[in-house]
Amino acid sequence: MKTFLVGGVHPADKKISADAAIEELPVPKIAYISMAQHLGAPAEPCVAVGDKVKVGQQIGKATGFVSAPVHSSVSGTVKSIETVLDLAGKPSTAVVIETEGDEWMEGIDRSETIVSEIKLEKKELVEKIKECGVVGLGGATFPTSVKLSPPPTATPTCVIINGAECEPYLTSDYRVLLEKPEQVLIGCEILMKALGVNKCYIGIEENKQKAIDLLTKLAVEKNHPNIEVVKLKKKYPQGGEKQLIDAVIGKRVPSMGLPVDTGAVVQNVGTTFAVYEAVQKNKPLFSGVMTVTGDCSKAQKNFLHRVGTPLNEIMDYCGGIPEDAAKIISGGPMMGKAISNIKAPTLKGTSSILYLTEEQTKRKEEGNCIRCGKCVEACPMSLEPYLLYKLWKVRDMDQLEDHYIYDCIECGCCLFTCPAYVPLLDAVRQAKASVMKIMKSRPKK
Amino acid sequence: MKKLIVSQAPHIHGKENTRRLMLDVIIALIPAVLVSIYFFGLTAAHLVAVSVLSCVVVEFLIQKYLLKGKSSIGDLSAVVTGVLLALNLPVCSPWWMILIGSVVAIGIAKMTFGGLGQNFFNPALVGRVVLLVSFPVLMTSSAFRAPESKAALDFNSKAKLEALVASPKSDAFSGATPLALVKEELAKTDESGAKINTVKKIMDENPGKFSYSSILFARNGSAGEISAIALLLGFIYLLVRRVIKPYISLSILLTVVVFSGILWLANPERFTDPVFNLLTGGLLLGAFFMATDYVTSPMIAKGQIVFGIGIGVITVLIREFGAYPEGVSFAILIMNATVPLLNKFRPKRFAGEAHKK
Amino acid sequence: MLIIFTIASLVVLGLLLAIVLFIVAQKFKVEEDPRIDIVAAIMPGANCGGCGKAGCRAFAEAAVKDGLGDLFCPVGGNATMQKVADALGIKVEEKEPQVAVVRCSGSCDKRPVTSVYDGMATCSTIASLYGGDTDCKFGCLGRGDCEAVCQFGAIKINPKTGLPEVDEDKCTACGACTKACPKGIIELRNKGPKGRRVYVACSSKDKGAVARKACLAACIGCGKCAKVCPFGAITVENNLAYIDYTKCKMCRKCVLECPTGAIHEVNMPPRPAAVKPAAANPATAQPVKPAAPAGEVKTPANNQ
Repeated sequence: MKTFLVGGVHPADKKISADAAIEELPVPKIAYISMAQHLGAPAEPCVAVGDKVKVGQQIGKATGFVSAPVHSSVSGTVKSIETVLDLAGKPSTAVVIETEGDEWMEGIDRSETIVSEIKLEKKELVEKIKECGVVGLGGATFPTSVKLSPPPTATPTCVIINGAECEPYLTSDYRVLLEKPEQVLIGCEILMKALGVNKCYIGIEENKQKAIDLLTKLAVEKNHPNIEVVKLKKKYPQGGEKQLIDAVIGKRVPSMGLPVDTGAVVQNVGTTFAVYEAVQKNKPLFSGVMTVTGDCSKAQKNFLHRVGTPLNEIMDYCGGIPEDAAKIISGGPMMGKAISNIKAPTLKGTSSILYLTEEQTKRKEEGNCIRCGKCVEACPMSLEPYLLYKLWKVRDMDQLEDHYIYDCIECGCCLFTCPAYVPLLDAVRQAKASVMKIMKSRPKK
Repeated sequence: MKKLIVSQAPHIHGKENTRRLMLDVIIALIPAVLVSIYFFGLTAAHLVAVSVLSCVVVEFLIQKYLLKGKSSIGDLSAVVTGVLLALNLPVCSPWWMILIGSVVAIGIAKMTFGGLGQNFFNPALVGRVVLLVSFPVLMTSSAFRAPESKAALDFNSKAKLEALVASPKSDAFSGATPLALVKEELAKTDESGAKINTVKKIMDENPGKFSYSSILFARNGSAGEISAIALLLGFIYLLVRRVIKPYISLSILLTVVVFSGILWLANPERFTDPVFNLLTGGLLLGAFFMATDYVTSPMIAKGQIVFGIGIGVITVLIREFGAYPEGVSFAILIMNATVPLLNKFRPKRFAGEAHKK
Repeated sequence: MLIIFTIASLVVLGLLLAIVLFIVAQKFKVEEDPRIDIVAAIMPGANCGGCGKAGCRAFAEAAVKDGLGDLFCPVGGNATMQKVADALGIKVEEKEPQVAVVRCSGSCDKRPVTSVYDGMATCSTIASLYGGDTDCKFGCLGRGDCEAVCQFGAIKINPKTGLPEVDEDKCTACGACTKACPKGIIELRNKGPKGRRVYVACSSKDKGAVARKACLAACIGCGKCAKVCPFGAITVENNLAYIDYTKCKMCRKCVLECPTGAIHEVNMPPRPAAVKPAAANPATAQPVKPAAPAGEVKTPANNQ
């Protein structure tokens, strides 16, 4: 069993919704489709108010290299193009569509048949993935086509599929692996072809034994000799890109470098499935699998949601917000975002609605650092969070840089483990942003 | 609708907290306290109780009236200091001495620097060392052994205490620790100035004090040094609970064995053997519980090992060449001062060479 | 004898070391324009960075090397600048003294809290996470980043209102708080004649209805103030009014006109019972010394 070596923590597993099959959520009456669903420049709306759109029709076009087009998730009339607030209350432009029926674009294969033959060529594949607006669904929503076009200095040697799902509670990737295993395997083949490599690893944590068995079996049965399923130890952040590469192929991403510098290109399970659907089924990315869960949640579900569905509608569909929920999180409890605006629409990368009770989530009062060194021990990037915290308090930017603060992956292990409840990561995040700004402003030599 | 909580990730926290860690240390010290109570009865219980109580009260009063801050006694660190201080004192220490120790430990060594986590020196050890240099006779010659003396141990009877101090050789219930005895006897000279004793002779003359069975389970020393096995039990508990890492303790013990072993091989008449050095005095208590104090020890393994080696070397130097029979406390305090420097050791970088500006 | 020897040897040793020190000091002496020391001595020595240099000495070096140019020491003000100019034998233009102004009046009672922020209590942390714990995404977060950076103790969060208040006697207009505020609501404005100023105490660019819902004291961008202003000093952009302090003649018409009381006036003489245009002429108005630092004269609309 493989794992990354440095640091890490062991939060309780809590995969409560693991056995809930993926259900389709009802199509929203009004869909608010944000143009900023990916990392990079937001898309530009390419429809006008009053236009009729179909499911899968492009409504926003990419505005740069690191950008992705946006497609309608419903059919109906464009009601308005306005500013909507995301779940953290930050504004972005969105196309608001009033749903009428459910008419899909022609050319999208809605059948369940599995298409295994990859007809497109390498370049066409990347182009197709780009056209379909596929972005990384592991959290960062980085446009997939960009990852598939590595800089000429790097030579990719393998694809690593991230099925670790190391965050507690989340089960969407697990369900995709269980319910769409063949599609994921074909997705792997597509990624390999698009990158011109002939090795693919699927990293899955040990607590998902069923998925490991199923994929290992299917990889043999369906003749995917280049795909290897790797069992990973249950440890957070096993699914962090740098940690995953370290665990699977034993190489470390250089500081400030790209993951592809090690030869590995990491893609998430959801992304791989989206790639399959985009290439083989001609279906752009306008839906995704998300988990509704939490110890106090009224339902434990995995849903296929249409992008643009307001979160509060999903919450209502699952019986409403539980009374003792004090915090609602989109994403996992270690790296997810707290929701302050429950009316925000879902995005491509929305992977969960997680309810936590006050007892579970309320931060305890900050105590004195007792210099136990547990944060240093837990940091998977070999940083010294306690020191970074202290240096940030006195704004010593030079020292912060000397202590590699820019290496921080913001995984949250330090704060999770700190016995004195010092808000280490809150400070380190600020410090990192400030230091990065200084570093970028420096003239390049 | 209820107002939602919003915060930065992570949204959950591990089970560890300062209070729990301190509680674990207290639990780990229980065997040593129990052994002490077994041998000395209520006297030992009284010692621990007075020490803990005075430490907690001193911290509470300072926090409330001098620093005017929130009460910090809830984190149990004062209790830990109290227990450790008690275990570092002779069992029949008078109450006023314990009180002075507590005031020094908490008031001077800890709160002056800003409370928990801010101090440079181990509070309990500072308390002990201040008492050691202030009341050397009470601190070194009033260590007890032998259960039959229970009746005689009326700690508050000043007359009895004075009697005991006056007759440190009355081995039945009091006496010098093995280390003190060796030091004292080795220093003896005849009229011409030549040494009259060798280590072997001393050991042969005092069989009760130097047999290994007695050293392992019941030896002379301060309250916490009575039983090596009890201390080891506590140490193992701390390791299992992942409260501490073994680097500091093991490097101290290994260094003491190797260094004293070299000296012993060079001159067995003059120097005591490594096993004796390992098991006597406050070495185990120091290595397991005092040197591993989070606040006053380095953060990462490299620093911790250097820290341990330093303590080991200084301990043996003081024991074999210094004026005091025992040097663990001094060694730890000296190395405490180097911790800020040792914290300059950095973890091995995750990836790549150092980034160049 | 021993005593004499001891004293003698110590004296000799001291002399020897003194000579060594002297030689070293001479050898490694850095040649420097002596005027730098002179200018540095004139500087207030706050090392606040308000001039854009790293500290007062850096200011002095720059002033000696390149002349004063745009350099201005906000702490010392015109007096210091004049001294520096005299010392260097150059001329310097007078500048209007400035003061930090907080453009938010969303106090706790006017701006309901809608979510509970939990974590490190600094404004920058909150701002990087989300809009803030009220529905206003532009207003003060009240965690006191400005207070923390102010070296002069001139800006403090008032626990009652949750907003920072500037002590204009202490404020040197170094601009540290304007940079520290992640919402950019603090602005340096001319102190104005006799410390009198009129400004819009709101930064919300939300549409009127949204802004109003989030905060009772918000500027809703209605534009009434701009219409009533006889000097064209007020512009409304992005649903937010802004008073150009270089054009404002402090007639205070806008203050009365504002439906939400978002326009504040400071250090103004009490308004006559009947609104007379006389107040428009501050030169003839009786000078009223502010009783307390930053004592705001409450306008009817701003009565809390």
